[in-house]
Amino acid sequence: MTFVYQKLMGGKSGLIGFMILATLILVIFPLFLDSFRLNLVGKYLTYAFAAVSLVLIWGYGGVLSLGQGIFFGLGGYGMAMFLKLEASSVANTAIQSTPGIPDFMDWNQITSLPWFWEPFNSFTFTILAILIIPTIFAYIVGAAMFKRRVGGVYFAIITQVIAVILTILIVGQQGYTGGINGITDLRTLNGWDITSNSAKNLFYFINCGLLLIVIIISRFILTSKFGSLLLAIRDKEDRVRFSGYDVSNFKIFVFCFAALISAIGGAMFTLQVGFMSPSFVGIVPSIEMVIFAAVGGRMSLIGAVYGTLLINFGKTGFSESFPELWLFLMGGLFISVVMFFPNGLAGLWQDYGHHITNKLTFFTNLFKRKSLSNSDSSVTQKN
Amino acid sequence: MGDYTYSELGSIFAMQGFAGISLFSVLLLMALGLAIIFGQMGVINMAHGEFMAVGAYTTYFVSVITEKYLPGFMPYYFVFAIFLAFIVAGILGYLAEFALIRHLYKRPLDTLLATWGLSLIMQQSFRSLFGAREVSPTLPEWLLGSYQPIESIHIPINGMFVLGLTGFVTLGVFYLLYKSKWGLCVRATTQNRIMSSAVGINTKKIDRYTFALGCGIAGIAGGAFTTIASTGPTTGTLYIVDTFMVVVFGGAASLFGTIISAFSIAQAQSLLEFFISGSMAKVYTLFALVLILMFKPEGLFASKVRR
Repeated sequence: MTFVYQKLMGGKSGLIGFMILATLILVIFPLFLDSFRLNLVGKYLTYAFAAVSLVLIWGYGGVLSLGQGIFFGLGGYGMAMFLKLEASSVANTAIQSTPGIPDFMDWNQITSLPWFWEPFNSFTFTILAILIIPTIFAYIVGAAMFKRRVGGVYFAIITQVIAVILTILIVGQQGYTGGINGITDLRTLNGWDITSNSAKNLFYFINCGLLLIVIIISRFILTSKFGSLLLAIRDKEDRVRFSGYDVSNFKIFVFCFAALISAIGGAMFTLQVGFMSPSFVGIVPSIEMVIFAAVGGRMSLIGAVYGTLLINFGKTGFSESFPELWLFLMGGLFISVVMFFPNGLAGLWQDYGHHITNKLTFFTNLFKRKSLSNSDSSVTQKN
Repeated sequence: MGDYTYSELGSIFAMQGFAGISLFSVLLLMALGLAIIFGQMGVINMAHGEFMAVGAYTTYFVSVITEKYLPGFMPYYFVFAIFLAFIVAGILGYLAEFALIRHLYKRPLDTLLATWGLSLIMQQSFRSLFGAREVSPTLPEWLLGSYQPIESIHIPINGMFVLGLTGFVTLGVFYLLYKSKWGLCVRATTQNRIMSSAVGINTKKIDRYTFALGCGIAGIAGGAFTTIASTGPTTGTLYIVDTFMVVVFGGAASLFGTIISAFSIAQAQSLLEFFISGSMAKVYTLFALVLILMFKPEGLFASKVRR
């Protein structure tokens, strides 16, 4: 029991924060939002996976990855490829010159399914691919960089370049990837209609569940000895190395794990929203994910979720009414978070939250004392 | 490449080579500014592309004003415009350093986020001021056309002009950094800030002017950029990643490395573009760079410093 309490929840404050978040996304949102808005929140929560992964790699690992969009995209495209193949069965695509292949391939004069699309006919393979391909990719990149002690700025720039390469590749190879429009028109998952409201709502809850599980696992990693080592590496890498630890392996592991989380987010994004496009892969989304984590608090797993929700609500609200103001606001947000609130919302809560909790404890104590004195009096009466 | 004769191939290489020179010039000018800001000061300036766009828009603005009020001045305005681009971008850089960057020297990764925010604000400002549409200045007559040494080779004159400009700026930067007293102060500040201020260098002032100079050079790059393409609010973002690659590939603190890497990247991309589509040319170039950087993370010409 103490294991669960201390390691998975992070003590009393961690448990309270976790419970509040769980209540908010599992109970309050579904009760008070209509189906359309709930679906929107579901979309934001898929970004939160990437934000949580950035808390691990950037907040605790001290390595800024501008490539979380890569893994988000790999996961999303994996799922989209499977759904697209199912949507383009021979019966559905009978009007094409080559039936049985996705419509964008037909438009680009491709007459047979490319080899790397073939395995995505299988659902099991797709799930495995979503989990394994981004992790392996992260391992290759991470091993190549961290083993040679490339870190910090260089790592950020190189991950960014990889994101650019992937975007150009997806946009350029229209026949194989759907190009700039992405993979659209996804209808069913193993014969089950995923465009209906009930399916979207179900995905929302699966999404929440997965996100909460990811937070618990991440918390476990961070409260373990590994987490302390990670912090030590962030603050004084050389000392950890001199103490006999292979620093690079720790960094590679956390980078791979972060990639895995982002990929799950990407796959859930495809399911929740019903399409995948290169605009969720490149530089801009990758940096936006960083700002989600930064606004929420780069050291707080739960804060990252709030940061994601807050910015995306703001983005949707503002770009509906004042699209021009939004970029100014977003830019100002980047600057002010970095300059004035480097620990984000979670930092603000830590600095000023105790005023609120103090007041609360004051009132609860007052209440307790009253009930105590009441019971005292009742005791005396009995006597 | 099979279907071309050798003489045709020669012409193709020559033509694409000269086309690559324009790209090389813009990349080098951008990278020079960034090499100063990133290589010397360690600031990841994601808004560098936007400072280039400031230069491009300044050039456009001057061209519009000249065309309207001083038509006789048209043949000469371009040189003046480039000078003005340097000044405007430099002043903006000075202000940005004062308001933003100087608080973040100890947190390089955070400069990345803050300058990204700055770049968003600048992009939206361009959009509000000049519209979302791409614009390009009316170039003076003498910049148009091409020079033809033999029949199958066209050498665009604007490319040559930009190349000359780039050479001039490069020499200027080299002189400033390595031969002037000011450059000595800059390099000293980069190497050891505390010692530099102890021997009486005003490091804060040096920082501010260094940053302003880097941004000013990006402004010149913008002026040069208008001769090869039109400018839109998001033009800067298209070049920022390439520019970072040039600087990193060349070895962040090496001016010579920056020149070599700008040349090889621009030429590789330009030559590949003839044989495969532009987007794939870029993919191959960037991919090769990433691979090389994985084996040689310090870049081509790294300064021999233990880290």
